[in-house]
This record gives sequence, structure tokens and C-alpha cells, in this order.
Amino acid sequence: MTSIAKKSVIGGRFPKPDSPDKAVGRTRFINDLELPRMLYGKILHTDRPHALIKSVNTERAKTLAGVHAVLTGDDFPEVKFGINRDNTPLKKGKVRCIRDEIAAVAAETEEICNAALDLITVEYEDLPGVFDPIEAMLADAPLVHEDRPGNLSLAYKFDHGDIASAERQSDVIMDHVFNVHYVTHCCMGTSSVIADFDTDGKLTIYTQTQYPYNYKMDLAPALGIHPGDVRVIQPPVGGAFGSKLDVYPFEPICVLLAKATRRPVKLTFSREEEFINAPTRQPARIHLRMGAKADGTITFRDVDCILNNGAYTSWGPTTPYVMMRTFSSLYRVPVVRFRSQAVYTNNPYAGSFRGYGNVQATYAAAIQADMMAEALGMNVLDFSLKNAQKSGEVSPQGSRLEDCVFTECLAIAAEKSDFVAKQNRYQAERNRPGRIKRGIGLASSIHNAGGAKIHKSDGCGSILKLDDYARATLITGASEIGQGIDAVICQVLSEELGIPMSDITIVNNDSAIAPWDVGVHASRTTFIAGNSARRAAIKAREQILRAASKQANVPQEALDLREGWVVQDDNGETVIKLDKLLRQMHFKEDPELVMTTDYYEPPSEPETENHVGDMSAAYSHAVHVAEVEVDTETGEVKVVKVTSAQDVGRIINEMGIEAQIEGGIAMGIGYALSENLQIVDGLVRNPSFRDYKVMTAPEVPEMELHFVESHSKTGPLGAKGIAELPTIVIAPAIANAVHNAIGIRFLDPPLTPEKVARAIWERDISVAAE
Amino acid sequence: MSCKVEIKFTLNGRPEKAIVPVDLNLLAMLRDMFDLKGAKYACGEGECGACTVIVDKLSVNSCLTFAVDCDGREVRTVEGLRATDKLHPMQRAFVDHGAIQCGFCMPGMIMQATHLSDTSPGLTRDGLKRGLEGNVCRCTGYTKVLDAVSDAMNTEGVDQ
Repeated sequence: MTSIAKKSVIGGRFPKPDSPDKAVGRTRFINDLELPRMLYGKILHTDRPHALIKSVNTERAKTLAGVHAVLTGDDFPEVKFGINRDNTPLKKGKVRCIRDEIAAVAAETEEICNAALDLITVEYEDLPGVFDPIEAMLADAPLVHEDRPGNLSLAYKFDHGDIASAERQSDVIMDHVFNVHYVTHCCMGTSSVIADFDTDGKLTIYTQTQYPYNYKMDLAPALGIHPGDVRVIQPPVGGAFGSKLDVYPFEPICVLLAKATRRPVKLTFSREEEFINAPTRQPARIHLRMGAKADGTITFRDVDCILNNGAYTSWGPTTPYVMMRTFSSLYRVPVVRFRSQAVYTNNPYAGSFRGYGNVQATYAAAIQADMMAEALGMNVLDFSLKNAQKSGEVSPQGSRLEDCVFTECLAIAAEKSDFVAKQNRYQAERNRPGRIKRGIGLASSIHNAGGAKIHKSDGCGSILKLDDYARATLITGASEIGQGIDAVICQVLSEELGIPMSDITIVNNDSAIAPWDVGVHASRTTFIAGNSARRAAIKAREQILRAASKQANVPQEALDLREGWVVQDDNGETVIKLDKLLRQMHFKEDPELVMTTDYYEPPSEPETENHVGDMSAAYSHAVHVAEVEVDTETGEVKVVKVTSAQDVGRIINEMGIEAQIEGGIAMGIGYALSENLQIVDGLVRNPSFRDYKVMTAPEVPEMELHFVESHSKTGPLGAKGIAELPTIVIAPAIANAVHNAIGIRFLDPPLTPEKVARAIWERDISVAAE
Repeated sequence: MSCKVEIKFTLNGRPEKAIVPVDLNLLAMLRDMFDLKGAKYACGEGECGACTVIVDKLSVNSCLTFAVDCDGREVRTVEGLRATDKLHPMQRAFVDHGAIQCGFCMPGMIMQATHLSDTSPGLTRDGLKRGLEGNVCRCTGYTKVLDAVSDAMNTEGVDQ
């Protein structure tokens, strides 16, 4: 009899199980897929931000050889879809932004599609456009939608306490307007979809969606079909980052082409189309006021946000839902007033994007915290420590901060980066001669880390089976979009079932097979899907140990599963090989198969109408310290080093956490310094990687990552969600560092060389004039 | 209809021929005519590197390379990198370092890294960063990519 010691895979370093296939080019992304007899689809987008459609002539396009269908809005009854029911697949009568879809073609090749689009003629009558949300609210502004008076889209408000009395208790009040800009996801795989009807009229849709179940519900109304008749297949995707959390018109259009041709149709964007027609991050004008007492205690925050809704409503205009939680819970804020208004314009429109409003809000809140500390003559670290919540505190909106390690994150980030000493030194060196100035900046952030109950359910289902060879298959609702839930689930199952990770298969790409899940968003998947998978595994483990106990006549609690064996828990001595036991269970007189299910609903609550509720089962903090060099002649900002301290709950896959944080930081640096989708008079001026600058290898700084383990009581094995915080918190840390270097605040990212150089030049001119 | 030409070339070690339109790019030929979907379209204008393949000793953006220009040359794609069941050392390093997330850019990234390894074995980490500058990755933040390439090339993983 041999003995097997207890070993744990939790906290280890594991590559994603799908990475070898991706490394050898074997993985077929949706962009690589072809179905038999498949046609290609293309959309004619308008080039006018606001115009009446007088006529669309498709006659010549229809006669082109190889063309199978040409559709316009006139071919269908108008069906509205989207969050505000303001969008349609193909537009008729009027275009409201340059994303608007006029006509669509299905043909044998993409080249024929493009040739056919060139043959379609559209007559317009241009209308005056409105592109600025404040102008769009004026009484004489053009209406984007005739049935939306005042161009008003979505509004949110939250009140907690009395602002007037809080103002009276304040020794200092900060008052600033921040303008955060348009950026876009730049998924490396451009938007792509394949639609295929069977002879019963049931739709199979191959999609990049990151929310397969509600996707059916959102897609079906645009098509006049029943959501139950939609099967969602999710091939591997080339990035998502929130961009695939809604249905966009190209998807129902592709379905309409498939219906019209009775052939599978694939529709894929070019990169230029992707820049223009894929969603953006929501831009915002944030008027933020914050009060504090002389000792640094925050007295209130008062926020007015105006959002450019664009022409239609996707998730972007709902981001204030998250912004208000940042303003009411980043630090202890006793009194809060929040107002936001999304206003229709003739711009393209925003969707959800990693961080979901928290990126925008934290940019404002963390810079203003730095300014407040400066005004009070305090170090921002002391100011932050003074106002940092502790475990057990409840925010004005009802966020219950259990397992809170904000103070620890602050202390670790500051100590490891030598923040205070460097900040003082760089400030002292600011006015000395020299072209390159160094600076260091700190920013804090909070985000939901245990899901977000924004739908009726925030749950995830799992189905687990073990076969006669002790190989496990976990069928989960959780989607894999590159973030690494596959590795996490394999680890959790391996831990509970004592089988190697390589013996576990994850199935999660077909809505006809996998059970329900809300989707990949809100940093929720490790927490929710991890819990669900673990609970299914524990049920299987109990079934197995029960059988082993009976057979070996050993109490169940004295047994454990290790390395493919049932063993005695105390000394590790082997009792029976797991696969042998499974076969015995299966083929005995009273047979049993190990097959378990679980549906996990986190212990969170939906918000009330007044936006109060503990909407996540866990919250976590991240503190970043960024160190920069500013070239005072060119205005170029170089991030030299980032020190991060983040509450991860408990490390499940150390490599996966690092990968998420490193990637999140790179994306956030782009937001801070270079990425800027320039939309001028409704037109996208830089729809290419040449003119829209994402981070490349030379610009990425050294990153020092510290994981703080708070051991969430509700998370799977103590883990919390982690993926959005790095993108949320890095940009204000950089802006604060630039201020430390050159003494200038930037309330309007990105801090491009032109903007920084101009600000330095303007300051020097005004200093010279005095 | 554009004029077509017959070309002969070596593709992942095997002799091949193809009749291609003169304006066809190499990426489209590989993907559509040889069903090699490893190299990806992600921008079509040489700005992102997702379509990187090796032609003779050069790494090229296959979206900007005419297929006809490959006549008589040796073309290597990510599918042809490993000669056995085992991963090529560069592929192994990318996997082991956790450098692959969504993985869409990785065939191009790995080909560029292999090219650097083959042609500039003594590169410093800063040199590597320059060498990979043309390959955009939206997931990883490049740190694990650089760790992987440094490891595969056995260079010092020191940040400057």
C-alpha cells in the first residue's frame, strides 16, 4: 500500500489549457470559420451623421453575378431593439450617425459584396447635426429621435445625506470638471458573426458574444423570432473586453441575410469598419465637487455627469450606475449627491468596456483626491489612509465591505514603491533645470469583485460528469473570452476531485448544452462560475466518497481524493483507484453514475429604485503607484514603473492573475496617454492602428505586482474577481505622477505629447508674463 | 478580373504551386487557398503584425506581401513551426509563461519572435521590445510575451 501526500493546485501557476492549440495555429477563431455553402455578407454604412434617406437604389447591385440578396430597411417591418428600444437593424427614413446601416448584401465572396455595395446609390437630404450633449439639450437643438423630446436618454440620481450641511462642515471644497474621452476596445479579432437556419426555421448563430443567454433575448426581438429558437455557438474569440455584451445591428442583419438566402451567411468587419462601427467606451463630462475637513476627513461628494449618448443606446449610457458606486464608495463618503444625464447626439455610440464607468469615475475621483490632499497640505497616502474603509463598513449605497484590505493595499503600494520619499524628492526637483522630469503618483480604486446583480439573477449553472476512466467534463455557462476561466475551473475541480487538471474538459460554447449564466462581465466569472463549479465538484466528491466508504468500510470523513486515488485522509494510504471505483459504482447491481449539477446564485441583492443595495457578494480595492518621466520639450510621458497592490481574495491561478493585471495596466496606460478615438462632427477621424495608438511592447513599463489575500468568505476558496481594477486605477495614478513631475493637472485624458507640451508652454508663457 | 500567374514556392517545408491573381496578398493565399488560418487578418495595412509569416529569412506582414512575390521562395507559417508532435521551443515558451490569453495575435507574435531568435540571438530585452513593436497584443501587456521570448532565446530578462 502506497501513501499519497495532500497537495494543492490552488495558488499555483497554470497556463490556459487552450494555449498550446493557440500557439500552433490550430485554434479556429470565429474569424477563421467556414460552413458548407456559406455566403458572405457586407453592410453599406452611411457617410452622413444626420440625414433623411430620400431613396436607396439597389437594382444594379442585385444584378451583379454572385450576389444572392440585397436588403434594405424597406424589406422588413420596423422592429426596435436595444436597451432604450431605439435601434433598428437596417435604417429607413433617416440616418442618425455614421454607424447607421442602409443596406446589406449577401454574395459568394467578400469582394463581390464590396463590388455590390459600390453599385448601391443613396439619395440623402442632410439635416443639421448635433454632436455635443450640452448643445443637444438646448430647446432649439435638432432632435435625433423625434419621439425623444429634449434628446434625453437615460438619467440616474442618487442622494444620501444633506449636501448643504456637509458643505458647512467642510474646510476645503474642491470643484473641477473632468472630460473623459472616446476610446475603443480594439479587439484583435474584428467583429464577426455567422447565421444559419435549419429547415424548421430555427437559428444557429456563431457569435463572439460574452453573454450567450441574454443575447438570445436581445437578438430575437430584432428578428421577430422566439428566443427559444436561437442556438448560440461561441467559437474562440479574438478579445472582447466588454464589447460583446450587447447585440449590435450587424448581427440581426447577418441573420436577415441568412433568412433571405436560406444559406449560412458570415459577416465580418474590416479594421476600418471595426473602428467606426464597434462600440466605444462612454465619454463623459464629470463635474465633481468634494469637501473635506482640515484633518483630511471627507465630508461629501457632489457629482453631475453629462454623457454623450450618441444616436442609439447600448450599455454606455448605463455606466453612471457604476460611476455612482465609485463616487459613493471610493473612500468613506458620508454624504453623496449624484446626477447623470445621457443625451442623444449624432455621434456613434458607446457600449460596455472593461471597468464599465469606473474607469471614468476613478479618473476624476482619484485625481481630485490627490488635489484635495495637496490643498490640505497632506500626503495623498495619509489622506487615503484617513478615509479608507475597514471591514464591516457599509457604503451609502449599501455596499457591505467584508474582508476589506484597502489599508493594507495602500501601505504595500506606498512602501514597495518608496512613494512618499520619491514624491517629496521629485517635487523638490521640479523647478531645477533639466529636460526630463520624474514624477510619482498614487491612485486608489474599488470595484465589485463578487458579481453584480444588475439582472434578476447573477447566477451560473454547472453540470459535472465523471466517466469510467476518471476523466471529468464540466459543462458551464461561463464563457471563455481569453481571460482564463478555463484554467481556474480546472484547478477548482482538480482540488476537489483529486484528479489532474489535464483530465478535465470544459464545455462552454453552446447554449443548447451549457446551463445559464449572465455572461462575462463585472469581474464576476472566477467568483460566480468558480463557486458553481466547486459546488458541483463537492457534490460529486461526496457521492464518490460515500461509495468508497461503503465499499472499504471506512468512515466517509476519513477518506480523501488525491492523484486519482481514494486515500485515507490522515496518512494518505491508498484505498482504491478512483477510476476502478467509478466503474464499480457504474456497473454494480444498483448502478450509479457520477453526474452532478449546481446553480449558484451569489448572496447579493439588486439595487432598489433609489440605488441602494449590496449588489455584489464581494468588493475589492487596488492601489497603483505609477512612476513617470516627462520630456518637457516634446511633452512625451513615459511610464517607467507601476507598483500595484490589489486585493485578489485568494490566489487561484497566480499566472492568470498576473496576466490579467499586466494586460489591464497596458490597456489603462493607453487610456491615459495615447488612445483617443477622434470623433469630429460625428465622423471618426482616425479609424486605423496608424492613427489610433494602442500600447506596444516598448511602451510597457516594469510592473511590480503585489497580491493581497483577503480570503473572501463567499468567494470560491476565498477568491475575488480581479480583471477590471487594473484598467480602472492606472490612468489617474499616471496623471497624478505627471503632476508630481511638472506641477500641471490634466483633467482631460489622454495626456498626449501635444497636450502636455502645450500645457507646459502655456504655463511657461504665463510665468514669463508675470 | 485580374490576371493570374502560376507560382512555385516552398510552404512549411513542402513544395507547392498555386495559380494566383497578381494582386492577391500572401495572407489571403495562405488562408483561402491553403486553409492555413494561423496567420490572421486584423488590420490589413501592416500596422498590427497579426499576419506575420517568415519568407526566406525575413519576417513579413503577409497582408502587405503579394503572393506572386513568393515565387521561388520559402514561406513558413505558425503551422509549420514544429517538426514533431512537440511544440517548437518558442511555442513552448509562450505556453509555459502564460503569454497566451485570447491568442488571436499569437501566431504572428510567435513568428516574429522566432524570426528574432533565428536572426538576432544576442538581443537584449530592450532590443526584443523593439523587435516586437510591430505586433499588437490587446490582452497581455507584453510582459509575459517578453519573458517567454527571453526564455526561449536564453537572454537576460532584465528590464532597462
